[in-house]
Amino acid sequence: MDRFKFVLTRPIQLIPVLLGVSVISFVLVHSIPGDPVRILLGTRATAEVIAKVRAQYGLDEPIWVQYLLFLKNLAQGEFGRSIIYKTPVLDLVGTRISPTVFLLVYGVLLSVAIALPLAVVSAARRGSWADHAIRLYSTVGLGLPTFWLGIVLLIVFSLRLGLFPVSGWGQGFLGHLHHLFLPALSIAIALSPILIRNLRASLIAEMDSDHVIAARSRGVPQARIFARHVLPHALIPTVTLLGVNIGWLIGGTVVVEQVFSVPGLGSLMVSSIFARDYLVIQAITLAFAAAVIMTNFLVDIAIVALDPRIAL
Amino acid sequence: MSLAGLSMRDAIRRSRVPPALWVGASLTLFWIVLAIGAPIIAPYDPIAQDLTRTLSGPSLAHPLGTDNFGRDVLSRIIWGTRLDLAMGVIGVAVPFAIGCSIGLAAGHAGGITDMLLMRVLDVTISFPFLVLVIAIVSLLGPGLTSFFIAVSLVGWVSYARLLRSQVLVLNHRDFIQAARALGYGPLRIMLRHLLPNAIAPAIIFSMSDIVLVILLGSSLSYLGLGAQPPAAEWGVMIAEGQTFMASAWWISFFPGLAIVGIALGFSLLGDGLGEWLGIGE
Repeated sequence: MDRFKFVLTRPIQLIPVLLGVSVISFVLVHSIPGDPVRILLGTRATAEVIAKVRAQYGLDEPIWVQYLLFLKNLAQGEFGRSIIYKTPVLDLVGTRISPTVFLLVYGVLLSVAIALPLAVVSAARRGSWADHAIRLYSTVGLGLPTFWLGIVLLIVFSLRLGLFPVSGWGQGFLGHLHHLFLPALSIAIALSPILIRNLRASLIAEMDSDHVIAARSRGVPQARIFARHVLPHALIPTVTLLGVNIGWLIGGTVVVEQVFSVPGLGSLMVSSIFARDYLVIQAITLAFAAAVIMTNFLVDIAIVALDPRIAL
Repeated sequence: MSLAGLSMRDAIRRSRVPPALWVGASLTLFWIVLAIGAPIIAPYDPIAQDLTRTLSGPSLAHPLGTDNFGRDVLSRIIWGTRLDLAMGVIGVAVPFAIGCSIGLAAGHAGGITDMLLMRVLDVTISFPFLVLVIAIVSLLGPGLTSFFIAVSLVGWVSYARLLRSQVLVLNHRDFIQAARALGYGPLRIMLRHLLPNAIAPAIIFSMSDIVLVILLGSSLSYLGLGAQPPAAEWGVMIAEGQTFMASAWWISFFPGLAIVGIALGFSLLGDGLGEWLGIGE
């Protein structure tokens, strides 16, 4: 019953956050240098036309009315038109969203595939040379710039060995898997050190905990102890960590998309900045913030589902 | 006797300094020396073009090769230390000062001030850090000044949160209660009693934050939004080298190693400090 209530009340707690996010996005576009109407119409527009357009967009209203207007438009999915692509911003963002989501999920899965075995080896063979090597990797890896990693992988695997394409995101699911492997790997390698550190620490804490010692004293086989008693508990903080790092991950994809020319939201955002296409920047900023809020909400629920001890 | 005992204790204390701290401090010192001594250490002018020696690989004259304008990559990396180190240090010092002050004040004052701060925190962390910084830079126009403003506007929240949580715990301690009972003013309690006891985790976090901010700054410069060419900045160098990566890998490769190296210094310094002071992550 409490669990059910949690799932219901949590979205209500998010309302002030969502309002705050909308205020920041509104202020962002509102503080554009120069007159947005002049940008829209060009320098040759006459004073009457400018006044007419101002009234049409509600720009002559007081600021709080403009904000309410902005909220109303948001609720109706009306984000305005891109001044560069001449299409509704929503459609533009819609066509670019898939590569970014694909890349994010791919990157997270690869990073777990890298971090899980390394953390298990490191925790199980504490103090061995393998543990030291893995810990060294997780320290050095914290400072790896994803964009540089991407370029190094490009040089080695695409240009020298010819195993992967240099750019784009390919056709069909397998094409995406192939094209986005190196971008996802760059993200995964950069993310894995944080995961390894965290997972190693929680694995070690679990291995020294009372219930594991009790299981060992009952003669339960080591492999079974690890699979049934240690790993499931140690994974919980890692899930939280992934949720906390979703913002970092999105930042990583923005940069990596640029390296590999992936036609996603990140490369659209960067090109929009140079084109001064502010409504597009606003929509993408909002979309990314929404993704962060959603992910943390889902992680909260997942944690409650995974760990019955958590008091709500 | 007491002198001998003291030096013994000293020796034990010193032997307990974790290796991560020594290595991290030495590595950080190395980069600081490189940044300060750049004019003496760097063999060439970082922006002097030599069009007779473009895109030449690592050699005795140019240990790390030259770029498409014939500029010496090693000299550019050494001069780049100044920019990248400054990005990390300024980009952390300003948010550190702002965030610690706000966190301290909110934790001490409590009530509506504290509640307001928490709401601002909730909203700010809902944006991906890099995305919010990019959005702010897009308004202010590309450049290092915009980068510093953006990082200061966004980065302070982590410090405010850290300080606040420390202060909330300290508020219940006897010596703070005593200071309040003695009628000390809020400023005195905050600066003389709360701050010294609450600052350590923030200092340790600032070390890993320097790593994050250097990565962020070089990423923005790579995207063309931070330091502008022909500045010798590592992210800019990596971006310039990407065009020639098929034939001249060294232009992009070595600046990246520099980023990894400077990051390793601060990471180890932070880890070592935390271990030494007995504060986990």
